[in-house]
Amino acid sequence: MNSATLDQFFVLLQHHLSALFPTVLQPWVSMILGVVGIVAVFPAIFALTTVLERKGLGRMQNRLGPNRVGPFGILQPIADAIKSLTKEDIVPRSADDVVHFLAPVVLVVAIFLGYAVLPVGRNMVLLNIDAGILLFFAVGASTELSIFMAGWSSRNKYSLLGAMRAVAQMISYEVPLLLAAVVAVMMAGSLAPTAIVQAQGGFTGIFPHWYVFTPWGFAGFALFVVAALAETNRSPFDLPEGESELVAGYFTEYSGFKFALFFLGEYLGMMSIAGYGITLFLGGWGAPFSFLTFIPSWAWFFAKLFLAIFFFIWLRGTLPRLRQDQLMNFAWKFMLPLSLLNLCVAAAWRFLGECLGSGTVAEVMRWLVCAAVLVLAYILLARTLLRRQNIRPRSYRYAD
Amino acid sequence: MMEGFIFGLLAILTLVGALAAAVLRNLVHCALSLSVTFVGLALMYLSLGAQFVGLSQILVYIGAVAILVVFAILLTRGAGALTPHRLIAAAGWRLGWIASVAVGFVLIFALVRSPLPASGDQAAKVTVLQIGQALMGPYVLPLEVVAILLTVALIGAVIVAMPEDQKEMR
Repeated sequence: MNSATLDQFFVLLQHHLSALFPTVLQPWVSMILGVVGIVAVFPAIFALTTVLERKGLGRMQNRLGPNRVGPFGILQPIADAIKSLTKEDIVPRSADDVVHFLAPVVLVVAIFLGYAVLPVGRNMVLLNIDAGILLFFAVGASTELSIFMAGWSSRNKYSLLGAMRAVAQMISYEVPLLLAAVVAVMMAGSLAPTAIVQAQGGFTGIFPHWYVFTPWGFAGFALFVVAALAETNRSPFDLPEGESELVAGYFTEYSGFKFALFFLGEYLGMMSIAGYGITLFLGGWGAPFSFLTFIPSWAWFFAKLFLAIFFFIWLRGTLPRLRQDQLMNFAWKFMLPLSLLNLCVAAAWRFLGECLGSGTVAEVMRWLVCAAVLVLAYILLARTLLRRQNIRPRSYRYAD
Repeated sequence: MMEGFIFGLLAILTLVGALAAAVLRNLVHCALSLSVTFVGLALMYLSLGAQFVGLSQILVYIGAVAILVVFAILLTRGAGALTPHRLIAAAGWRLGWIASVAVGFVLIFALVRSPLPASGDQAAKVTVLQIGQALMGPYVLPLEVVAILLTVALIGAVIVAMPEDQKEMR
């Protein structure tokens, strides 16, 4: 099997399998095969991620992590799945049972929809539509409503507080997330994820044309990562489910498989947002060096995905949780101005390229000017905000 | 046949959502049913091939308007309480009926009078790229006016929410 066949292995498999059916059914069968692929692969990665996360966090905290089920505890997710399937499903007596039931279902369905337009390899995308990025942000916005449904229907003050925190945080960080993603859309000139990956496809020498290697791309990527962490309620932005304050936030009153669905939704959301970050700034399924293109495109995508997941786990093991006011100030006073400036820098990059011509000196000039603007703005903004912070020993009313 | 079936399903979803939003007694349930209507409308746009409008509908109405509505309900005192069982509680309900019937007539009149293409194939296929170029080209002035209006509204909201005493902000 040569590398081109290996690259298109799953596409050909889908093609061959659907060719077994009558012609009328073929488009349907190939669609269903694609859906089955997504619904099988990403939850499998989720199962793997839970054990990796517990092992990784354990390593960072100088303990072993799960090590009883299977070799090195690798079969732990199976035990967890059986446990959550057989646990009693408790619905509080005063809860609104229809909404209580619908909330996790709506959450998981909305998050799965986001995978429909995610290119996981060359020609490997379920729906190749023009407005793919818009679809991802649209379904991402509708998860907020399901979190509100969960918090409100539980009739529990911790749940409602957690849901309110989650919705406020997600709305606030959606603005920088969208603005950070817009620069990549602007440069590629298309809202289709496949077109954005194509636009980052070429190589200069051995290095690829990923957007993260440009000043605006790097700033956009950094902003995107921070906003993505907040959007998925991951540490250090996990206030909505901060266990020291709110028991478990909006899913306090969920048990059994509904709790497992929330857990699944959280990790699938994290992976899908990481996948879009990879698509927008890290060249999607492209190889990182020109001499490595013989490795299949889907392998590169999943390798980058696992790196992103590792990064998220690493951050969780490293950073302490923010305070609510710090969280909001950070979104509105720091990330929003920087992402707006980044939009202007991206536009300037485009027009400087047209003005200065295409020589190496002009390229380097353009790179330096754009980077200088961003770094200067970053330093000035951070210094001004820090000076206004008035940092001194804090006293807490009930803890002195 | 298939398109008619899908249209029927979406129409039922949209209408049931709208009806539930009108008759359910718990205000939060009403808001959630209203978002079902929004989803139905968005799916209707998508089934007509209008990707940009359909997805913007979800982004704006589910992501922002529905959230705004439930927040507004929770901030009022009657958040968990049921509305009274009478059909219409507000004073001046006759005026409300007249207004809604008038709006309905205007909409029906406009629908009947507007020239529609005979079949679906004659409708222009508009891509997202074309919409973007139109917004940045011939319609850039209205777009900027709307942007300024929204910015003014945002600044107004911040001023309303700002504490009177500047020291409180620390």
